[in-house]
Amino acid sequence: MKKDRIFWGTVAPLAAVASSLLLVSIILILRGANPLEIFQVMISYGFDPRNLVSELNQTVSYYLAGVAAAIGFKMLLFNIGIDGQYRMGAFFGAVVGAAVSLPPVLHVLLIVITAMLAGGLWAAIAGYLKVRRGVSEVISNIMLNFIAAAIIAFLLGEDLLGILPEGSQNVQTKPIPLSGQMPTFKMFNGEVYSFLFVAIFVGIAYWIMLNKTVFGFNLRATGLSFRAARSSGVNAPGMIFITTVLSGAIAGLVGLGTLLSDTHSYSMAFPSGFAFTGLSLALLGRNHPIGIFFAAFLWSFLERAAPVLEYEGVPPEIVIVMQGTIVLSIVIAYEVVARINLRQQQHAVGKANADLVKESK
Amino acid sequence: MATESKVHVKKIGKATVLFKSPARITLLIAGIFFILALVENLTGATDITSPGTSGATLRFAIPLLMAGLGGLWAERAGVINIGLEGMMIVGTWTAAWFGYLHGPLMGFVAAAIFGLASGFFHAILTVKIGIDQAVSGLAINLIAAGGARYLSGVFFPPVGGDRTVSPPVDSFPTFTIPVIAPILESIDAQNIFFISNLAGILHGLTKDVSLVTIALLLLVPLTSWILWRSKFGLRMRFSGENPMAAESLGINVYRIRYVAVSISGMLASLGGAYLALVASSVYREGQTAGRGFIGLATVIFGNWKPSGVFAGSILFGFTDALRVRQTESVMSLIMVAGVVALLLSLLYSINRRWKPGLISGSIALVAWWIHQRVDVIPQEFVTVFPNFATLIVLTFLAQRLTPPAMAGMPYRRGSE
Repeated sequence: MKKDRIFWGTVAPLAAVASSLLLVSIILILRGANPLEIFQVMISYGFDPRNLVSELNQTVSYYLAGVAAAIGFKMLLFNIGIDGQYRMGAFFGAVVGAAVSLPPVLHVLLIVITAMLAGGLWAAIAGYLKVRRGVSEVISNIMLNFIAAAIIAFLLGEDLLGILPEGSQNVQTKPIPLSGQMPTFKMFNGEVYSFLFVAIFVGIAYWIMLNKTVFGFNLRATGLSFRAARSSGVNAPGMIFITTVLSGAIAGLVGLGTLLSDTHSYSMAFPSGFAFTGLSLALLGRNHPIGIFFAAFLWSFLERAAPVLEYEGVPPEIVIVMQGTIVLSIVIAYEVVARINLRQQQHAVGKANADLVKESK
Repeated sequence: MATESKVHVKKIGKATVLFKSPARITLLIAGIFFILALVENLTGATDITSPGTSGATLRFAIPLLMAGLGGLWAERAGVINIGLEGMMIVGTWTAAWFGYLHGPLMGFVAAAIFGLASGFFHAILTVKIGIDQAVSGLAINLIAAGGARYLSGVFFPPVGGDRTVSPPVDSFPTFTIPVIAPILESIDAQNIFFISNLAGILHGLTKDVSLVTIALLLLVPLTSWILWRSKFGLRMRFSGENPMAAESLGINVYRIRYVAVSISGMLASLGGAYLALVASSVYREGQTAGRGFIGLATVIFGNWKPSGVFAGSILFGFTDALRVRQTESVMSLIMVAGVVALLLSLLYSINRRWKPGLISGSIALVAWWIHQRVDVIPQEFVTVFPNFATLIVLTFLAQRLTPPAMAGMPYRRGSE
């Protein structure tokens, strides 16, 4: 049984990637390009050591977004608010980090905690609405994403929390002093964010929390059946609320790698769209910490290698189509596998029943 | 929010009964215009009831309306359509490309066909295969956005466009309604309180109208009629409320949902086409700017009713128009909200409903405070007003909303 699960758990994502490659190949052939050649160029460019480093740094962000989404998924929560939570976390982390002066480690710690708090509190709005008002978290989070972006755009105003550095067009927060920055380390001749270790820690903590603690057990139980969990004494609505906040807190960390090791300030140039990326990665990685890592790496690889398509005369946006089809294929694959399993089970039960009837005769 | 169910009216009390009959609705609308006129005269903002604003309101409202109606069709049949944004992108792109090749009319036809196809795609994924409706919708958004950018890069540069902008497309001819529009214009110029304001608004609606606008507006009563007067509409609502019971009475829920979701895609796509061909005359990347999501918001705001969706999109279109035209006027809008809240609070107090009376009273106070203290409402907040308003409605009126009971739930034939 367990072997079966591992088998399907690996085959389904691979099949999804393969079918997406097939679709993209068709599109490329229609464009008059040779797909094999193009994939080769992408692979050799993407695995170039210099590019590997930036992929790794991007993977850190994506990984955290994926874990944030996975925590929600374990509770059947669709945390599409990761985008807003990440913005809130990165922005307030940057603001608080620039405002105080503390000894080195403490300073970083304060920024990390602030970011988690900001992300968690922003998610708490959706959690409250879900638990107390019965509002679907999908709708409330979509609205909250837009509102978060607006609040930050407003607060970044020059007379509020933003400054305009000389020779720059982009308004940003005040830079975080040296004590609040995180070092990078050398790998493949590039600078890797040491925030990577935080991401690894989050992945391990996520796995332990889910599989080795009572809280994790309650969480999974509530996700599997709200009513069963509730009648066995779990405070199910409370669990939903806490899970939402936890997911938001992790989402608050998404932008910190870039913030602490690279830009040292928040600006509107921070990327968006983490919500769907996070959800995709959690789906692709089957909510498993290691699976999510591979998915996150695949995503950053595709994005990093995309610009090279330009030289081949192919608009690089085809990578976005590729990501979308990977997600769709994976969800379809899981659905189909689940249905096959169900049918097998029904057959088995039916057969057992028939045998029983025969015996009693 | 005026609801149509009788049970509700009894529960809410006299305050809501006021808004029931057609005559009273007319009175209500007149009242809103009166307040707008009053505020404009008191604050000296010139742009609230000007023809320019009402014309722009309509132009901004139609795409939201189409997205909203699209969301309504899907959700009434029991499928949540988060892919509205992507389907609007499909509409903007196909309308611009086919409009460029064969003229704007063919642009619209193409947008309708491709929109239908995108809706059908969502239906296959959610109805037939049964994957999570939100995942499917979001994936459609992603694929449509990426696909449009890819196709722009392939098709537009060779014909004089850009990687992100299509070559200009002929836009639809507009016309000014003869006799009525000039009369309204002259009344508007008289500067009589209320009457001139009203004429100004109507003048904006009768000047430079596009036939497309009128045709799309007619979809509101049509949707209403289909939903509440036709056999298909009954079955559609049934599928959204209780698919199992519907199936047991011999209704083919799958087929109903296929049709409804496909039409949903078509409507959203037409909204996109309107953006590309009527509101502007070009496809531009990011043209939809989250309007699909605001359309989703109007569905909630309008309590899953065509008239409500219409009211919501007009309101959101109005704020959008004011934001673009004259940011200071938005402040007056806050005053409008304050006056309305004050009136509501008086009305509630007369009916001895103290709690809602207190709430609307404090809203009026807050509006007054903002008006006194803040000079200009930041542009950013005006932009997200629809999102904010929807969140507020969900927070305080969630118990009053009557969404289709099974919208968003996967349904498989023969299983519970």
